[in-house]
This record gives sequence, C-alpha cells and structure tokens, in this order.
Amino acid sequence: MRLIVRRITLYVVTAIVAITINFFLPRLMPGNPALAVLGKAQSAESPQAVAALELQYGVQTRTGIWGQYVQYWVHLLHGNLGTSLNAYPASVGSLISSALPWTLGLVGTATVISFVLGTLLGVAAAWRRGSWLDNLLPAMTFFQAAPYFFVAILAVALFATKLGWFPPSQGYDTATLNPAFNWQFISNVLDHAVLPALTIVLASVAGWIIGMRNMMITTMDEDYVLLAQAEGLPRHKVIGYAARNALLPNVSGFALAIGFIVSGALLTEIVFSYPGIGYLLVNSIGSDDYPVLQGIFLIITIAVLLANLIADFVYAFLDPRIRQEA
Amino acid sequence: MQRLLRSPKILTGLFLSVAFAFLAIAGPFLAPYSPDAHASTTIGIAQPPSAAHLLGTTQTQQDVLSQLLVGGRSTVLVSLVAGVVATVLAVGFGVAAGYLGGWADDLLSMLANIFLVLPALPLLIVIFGLLGKGGNPNDLLIGFIIAATGWAFGARQLRAETLSMRRLDYVDSARIIGERSWRIMAFEILPNLVPVVATSFLFTVIYGVGTYTALSFLGVINTSHWSWGTMLYWAQNAQAAQDVHLQWWWFLPPGLAVGLFGTGLALLNFGIDEYVNPRLRAAGLTGRRARRAGLPRRSRLGMTPVLPARAPALPAREAAR
Repeated sequence: MRLIVRRITLYVVTAIVAITINFFLPRLMPGNPALAVLGKAQSAESPQAVAALELQYGVQTRTGIWGQYVQYWVHLLHGNLGTSLNAYPASVGSLISSALPWTLGLVGTATVISFVLGTLLGVAAAWRRGSWLDNLLPAMTFFQAAPYFFVAILAVALFATKLGWFPPSQGYDTATLNPAFNWQFISNVLDHAVLPALTIVLASVAGWIIGMRNMMITTMDEDYVLLAQAEGLPRHKVIGYAARNALLPNVSGFALAIGFIVSGALLTEIVFSYPGIGYLLVNSIGSDDYPVLQGIFLIITIAVLLANLIADFVYAFLDPRIRQEA
Repeated sequence: MQRLLRSPKILTGLFLSVAFAFLAIAGPFLAPYSPDAHASTTIGIAQPPSAAHLLGTTQTQQDVLSQLLVGGRSTVLVSLVAGVVATVLAVGFGVAAGYLGGWADDLLSMLANIFLVLPALPLLIVIFGLLGKGGNPNDLLIGFIIAATGWAFGARQLRAETLSMRRLDYVDSARIIGERSWRIMAFEILPNLVPVVATSFLFTVIYGVGTYTALSFLGVINTSHWSWGTMLYWAQNAQAAQDVHLQWWWFLPPGLAVGLFGTGLALLNFGIDEYVNPRLRAAGLTGRRARRAGLPRRSRLGMTPVLPARAPALPAREAAR
C-alpha cells in the first residue's frame, strides 16, 4: 500500500499546484486579465456594483494577493468555480456539470473499448510476429500521429456526409426529441455517440497495441513461459500467462495516456458539436470566457487524477509484489 | 550506423522528416499566392482543385496550396523549438535527478511527476487564452510554452537510465579521480544516453506538432497566423466536412501533412527502439522473407528468430512446442 499512499500524495500535490497555477496565471499575465475580466463585466456602474463584481470574480483589489488566494481556496472548497462572463449570471459550475455527463459517457466508454481491444490485438501481434497485424502498424501509426480531430473530420466526411450512416453532429436530435428516460431517446443518444466513440478508439488504439506487443515479445522470452510450454499446457493458457505479466506496464502507461486521450476527446467533441466539455471549451475560447476555461482546466485535472488513482489500484491488484511491499 | 540506415522504418522516417524540414524552409518561397489573398470576392463557396489553384480554394477564395506551404514553416518551427527546449529540460532534470539522488532526486522527480499527470492541453488553453489572441504570435515563444509542459516524460526515462548507470565502475572511477559532478553527468553519463535522448527528442517533437495544431485548431492562437492547425480551424468553421458538397481539398491536405510529419518522426522512433532492443526487430520480417529464410511461420516461444546473413536455413533449434 506504500505505492498507493505515495501516489495519493502526488495527486494531492498536483491538485494544489493546478489550483495555484489557476489562481496566479491571470494575475501574472501582461495586462492582468483578471482585472480585464472585471472591465468586461462591469459597464461603468456604481461603486457598490463594482465592489459586488469584484467579490464575485475574486479580484478584490483591496485584500492583497494572499488574501485573494485564501479567498479563492474558500470558494473552491465550497464548490464555487466562479461566474461565467459569457452566460453571465450562470455559474461556471452549472455550465460544466451540464456538459460533464456527455463527456464522461463518451470518453469513458471509448477509452475502455480502446484499451481492451488494443491489448488483445497487441497480444495477437506479438504472438504472430510478421503477420498481417504487423504490417498494419505503420497505418496505425498514422492514425496515432494524426490529431484526433483530423480523424474525427475524416470520420464525419466519410460516414456521415458521404455515406449518411450516422448523424454528423450533436448528442441527440435536439429538433425532435427532449431528454427523457425512454428507449427512443436513449437509442438516439447511442446513435449519435457511435461515430465520436469510433474516432476516439481509432485514434488511441495504436498506442495500446504497440505497447502491449513490445512488452509481450519481451515477456515471451522469459523462462517461465518456456516452462509453461514445455509442460504441454494448451496454447491459450500459455498466452494467458505471458499476457498477464505483459499487461502491467500497459496499465501503468494508462496513467500517462489518459491526459492525452481526454484532451483528444475534447477536440473530437468539437468536430461533432457534441454537447460535452469540449464544446463548452471552444465556445468559451470564442468569447474569452476565462472563468469557464479555468474551471474546465480544474475539472479535467481532477478527473485525470481520479483516473490515475483507479489505474494505480488496478495495478496494485494485478501485481502482488506491490501489495506485499507494505 | 550502417545497420541503422538499413532499417526500412528509419529510412522512411528520415525521408519524411527531411521532406518536411525542406518544406519548412522553402515552403513560403514556393507558394504561388499569398495565403491571405482572395482570388475573387464574388464567389462564396470553396472551389475544387483546378489549374490555377492546384489544391482548390477556401470559402473566401484563398489558395489552399499556398496556405499549406506557408503554414508548414510555423508548424515545423514551433514543434522543433518545443522538441529542442523540452529535451534540454528533460536532460537537465532527468540526469541530475538520477545522478545526484537524495533530496534533489525527490524534488526533481516530484516536479516531473506533477507535470506528467497535469493535463497539458487544458493548461495550455488557459495560458494562451489569457495571453490573448491579438497581436502577431511569436513561434519561438509558442514553442517555449509548449516545451514547458512536455519535458516530463523524457526526464522520467532519462532519470531511470541514469540511475542504472551511476554505480557502474567507470562512473565510480571518474568520481574517485575527482571529476566534478557536472562533468561526470555531461561527459561520462550523457554520451551513453544518446539513444534515449534521441527518442525523447522525437517524442516531444511529435507532441509539439500535435499540441500546436490542436491549439490553433481551437482558435486560442491568432487565427490569421498561418499554420496547418489554423487551416483546419477555418475548414471546420466553414463546416467543410459537413457540407453536402464535401470540400475534401480543404481539410485533407493540412491534416495529412500533420499526420505524415508525425508518422515520419514516430517511425524514426520505432527504428531507434528496435536498434536498441533487437528483439523487437524480428517483427520487421515480412511473411515472404521469413519463409524464404526457412523461419517457422509462427514464432516459437523462448527464442528470437534471427535471420542468418546468407545461410540457406537456420540451424534448427527446436524449442519445446
């Protein structure tokens, strides 16, 4: 459990760093955008109104920077991420929480599919070195090197615009349907999610395949695998032995990859006008809505840290050496 | 070195990378039009490729080919700057952490780990968003900022490699002779880390291309500053892929360029990996070559298939089946 404790410490420190960056960045930038925000929100109103706005955006000029920093923490701990500039009275928290379920559903499902599929294909590629799967690797490298959103644009162009198999945009048919818990709505949502999910899988699967394949090749040369074969175990059992051990680095690689995948998925959402965080992000960029941008950064950071923590638990569960270390 | 140059992966990768480097230098001179010039102000839809516009035009009748050629320089430059700066940081942090050990290692590793788990793209969006979209963006500055978020992966790898090296006899003897720490790191340890440094450099350049393209696609960087990402931004804005008249000539070239540049760098990276770890290389055997060499179709466990130089068949070492 020492590993888990160490990792949790790291995540807590990272979260503190992220929050601190978030607080100081606007105040260190040339021209102090924090004050510019204020200028944008107020339109020459009474001193009381200005004071109220200052309070709302946490940029009170009187409390001094450390006072503001403490204030910022107090706000955050109360779940207050600030107020949107663009959708004015709406809080950043409410904007994010209405977009978050879409992103979590899409990215979560696609990532799990990609990881499982990639790992299995990686095992297959290692087992049959030099087969057609290996020849596919350069093509998969392209999909990995190309930005997610370009893969998304290709997917829209081919499967939605050209072939018309899937809807090209949005999370559900906003014109004809209202969100409800019935089959019609759910199937419509699934129909709209297939293409974005496919894009994320296609763009991220190559990394898992290559990682697993390379690890599997190394593992297959271990003595215990040779022994398992010498004992005459059926092939699928031998593969199972090797794969279980080769899987470990891929699980720890998950922690590294999740940040990239989430970022890529946000861009994918933009191409599909999918009503998730990515879409909120691009709208906020367009209208210089800094509080929302910063809120999104914090939420994504926390989501990534939680995903990392889960990967660590899985790792500890899979690797008895770590469990016994304590 | 010769072995390195025989690998098809290395060769393809080198070819692609050199081609894109050439494009970055010569592109703006080769562009037939100005990327901003509007060929016509009356036509409102993107025109398909023609003799006058080899890659067609955008919705506002700008020449796609010229944008591609001009935008290449900024894209390649930013990613190279990001790669160089991030690699320097990675070497500094990684080797120092691995060699010095103790509290310096704890501190530097903690820093690297924080940057490793901090999601880079959202952070960069906040930074660039706050910097403001106005003004003429500076490619060098963009490269530096991207590098600041991309050095941690290389640093972690270099630290691990340095750790395994610091207790080697030759390093110990250098220490006993009285060489200074920085000298040992720079002249005794670093030369043995060249493949790792190269991999980490290529990795960060790939990261730089992807990140820069993503940032300009999002429109956080001035959208009149031509790069492949900006081209995709405008194409997406005009719904070039969603339009019933699919404007493939608009979104395909910049996307393919980013993808091919990245693929070239990634292939170089795989080539170096295989050079360092020859076991991975056996996969370079195509089915035909393997059969001709008399290798079993399905590789046996416990042995790495190795092609003999010219011998007709392998000495049959039948591993347990």
